[in-house]
Amino acid sequence: MSDVKFSKEHEWLKIDGDIATIGITKHATEMLGDIVFVELPDLGANVEKDGNAGVVESTKAASDVYTPISGEVVENNQAIVDDPAKINSDPENEAWFFKLKIKDKAELETLMNKEEYDKFAKESGN
Amino acid sequence: MENLKTALYNLHLKHGAKFVPFAGYQMPIQYSEGIIDEHKYTRTNAGLFDVSHMGQLFIKGENELTDGLEKIFPLDLKNILLNQSKYSFLMNEDACIHDDLIITKVKGGYNIILNAACKNQDYEIIKKLLSNKYEMILNSDLSLVAIQGPKSADILKEIIIGPEKLNFMNGNWFKYKDESIYITRSGYTGEDGYEISISNKKVEELTENLLLKGVKLIGLGARDTLRLEAGLCLYGHDIDLETTPIEANLKWAISKKRLENGGFMGFDKIDSQIKLGTKRLRVGIAPEDRIIAREKTKIYNIDNEIIGEITSGTFGPSVQKPITLGYVQTKYSDLDTKVLLEVRGKKYPAKICKLPFYKKSYVKGAN
Repeated sequence: MSDVKFSKEHEWLKIDGDIATIGITKHATEMLGDIVFVELPDLGANVEKDGNAGVVESTKAASDVYTPISGEVVENNQAIVDDPAKINSDPENEAWFFKLKIKDKAELETLMNKEEYDKFAKESGN
Repeated sequence: MENLKTALYNLHLKHGAKFVPFAGYQMPIQYSEGIIDEHKYTRTNAGLFDVSHMGQLFIKGENELTDGLEKIFPLDLKNILLNQSKYSFLMNEDACIHDDLIITKVKGGYNIILNAACKNQDYEIIKKLLSNKYEMILNSDLSLVAIQGPKSADILKEIIIGPEKLNFMNGNWFKYKDESIYITRSGYTGEDGYEISISNKKVEELTENLLLKGVKLIGLGARDTLRLEAGLCLYGHDIDLETTPIEANLKWAISKKRLENGGFMGFDKIDSQIKLGTKRLRVGIAPEDRIIAREKTKIYNIDNEIIGEITSGTFGPSVQKPITLGYVQTKYSDLDTKVLLEVRGKKYPAKICKLPFYKKSYVKGAN
């Protein structure tokens, strides 16, 4: 089983060798409400840790998506662009956002495991 | 100051409402199913909205009051029928809009439904314009619930006999248990439906009964997507003290007869704007992509010059595309004019389009 990490901005990462698959957590989707639009980073783009890496919009508002680690975008999930409702129905599996070629594995150390994240999400309430 | 709660607050809580502060009240923005499901349920079935935060003003008076109100509102009140409702607005001398409202002629006076954020100020303005001559009651003992959607009539009929015979924009008194309640066939979603004014004491019981018959609670989030699909203005966003009814494309709500002779607040400005035109107009704008342009989004012409601003924008769950209202310079207001919307620093193509985005289905001929 691959290693799953979480960020304070409510993203999850699944790490498989040099590649990290990134999406937003179920908790994040519950806060956002029904998602109706998503914008993903371009293929080949180099994104920086905690930098902007897309946008999700609910019927209510737009929210930025951040990347928890740096890297090069090697794949993005067109299926959620075509049907953003997938993000609400299966945020932590099918509705991943993009895959990064990890630039610096040391950055992973700053992230939380599932237990830590669940506690964080519960306490922060946002 | 702590936010006020409506009489249905505990019921909202029980049904998983998420609350937001709105015009001094804690109001449900959505329930557990979410805005899109709530929106669609209203379009296909029947939804119930707690709009008790809105002002319910009763002004007591007879013919002299009608004359007084005609000096304020651009309506032919002398010729409206008992229990008939009209959409209108409270304007200042410059025809700028203090509030939009629904006024109904009732026995012994007029009922006026006001926006929550404006109601206290409206009360003072109207009182002054009527020279403090009439009894005016902004009634906080009454709740207001709207039931909206194609199944509204059939469902309400199971609990209260009679409203199914009302025509759109008409009301009457009906019996619910031992209470006389005032119901109008109206609403702000583009659907058939009713607004029910009932005592704070009885509103929860009536609501529970409606829920048992298959109505679902709908929050302010879906109320906003529904009204926007129907092309209807939201005060404080699409209309405000900087806009006139002519700029807002609401001329239809001004009585033709009153336009001939004037004598109401803001007439000179309205008359001149009708004759000379306005610099800007409210229009519907359809983005070509799935991009959502929110309030304050800048609108450009194809030469990249700013020509206006979006005042409401969201994704329309029934029309399945982004929908926006905004003001553009009048020369760009023709249907199909190409414009650009700037979202997150990029410009996206859009077109001026027809309103509403979603076709209204009001019942005109119940009788």
